[in-house]
Amino acid sequence: MATATAQTLQRAKALPLDPLADAIAHVEGLPEAAPNAVPALERIEDTKTKELVIVNWSGDLDKVWPVLILSSTAAASGLRCRVFVTFWGLLPFVKDQKRIVGENWMQKMLTLMQRPGIDHLKLSKMNFLGMGPWMMGVLRKKYGVASPRELLEAATAMGVEFIPCQMTMDMFGLKRADLIDEMGEPAGAATAIEIMTEADASLFI
Amino acid sequence: MAIQVIARVDARGLSCPMPIVKTAQAIKSIASGALVEVLATDPGSQKDFAAWSRTTGHELVEQTVDGGVFRFVLRRK
Repeated sequence: MATATAQTLQRAKALPLDPLADAIAHVEGLPEAAPNAVPALERIEDTKTKELVIVNWSGDLDKVWPVLILSSTAAASGLRCRVFVTFWGLLPFVKDQKRIVGENWMQKMLTLMQRPGIDHLKLSKMNFLGMGPWMMGVLRKKYGVASPRELLEAATAMGVEFIPCQMTMDMFGLKRADLIDEMGEPAGAATAIEIMTEADASLFI
Repeated sequence: MAIQVIARVDARGLSCPMPIVKTAQAIKSIASGALVEVLATDPGSQKDFAAWSRTTGHELVEQTVDGGVFRFVLRRK
């Protein structure tokens, strides 16, 4: 027990900026229960997993790409990462084999004009009928940058949770089966607000 | 004393964030206290591995550079 107390004091001394730990380190003959309170506080901080929430609103290549880079890196850094996927942002998460989705002609027109799927993202600027994304693809390979597909696979493998927006699904005529299997259960704005306010950081991209 | 590296990650030619992502996946497969060695050519990885070490608590034991190849040794928390 004496060794444990000595270790505790040593740990406390290593944190000179913590006034409580500093005070305890300088008190002699303290009851054993008191120094134990310091590591207990440390443990609480250690076990609290940091959380990042991203709202993926856009279906543009230059927006979805950073969402996937940040979410996969967050998961790689041990954070819990949740991505609320809404509006145009939902189309990249439609299954590969789906080309036209939706129930009525207007919904079908949407995906006719904006092809869904992770491999068919357009640039928000300088798209030039696909010339921009094509050049981006060439540069990506030349500089060893992971594609949105590779990043999405890494992100889902590392436990990033993607939450589709129920309202967008209804409006676009998307069914759960149209979306990739890795997608979580659909939810609404209140869920987005709840997870954003609970998170350590939240981004709208 | 030669250090005992358990896992290796070759991230040469890969750009951000793949060196980190691959290292995160590799470090899961080794025991706590074991070492992983990473090779990367992305110059941004120098700052990124230090930041990743601070975020995750995996200790950055060694950091060297040899002819444009950055080498990192990390100890699993």
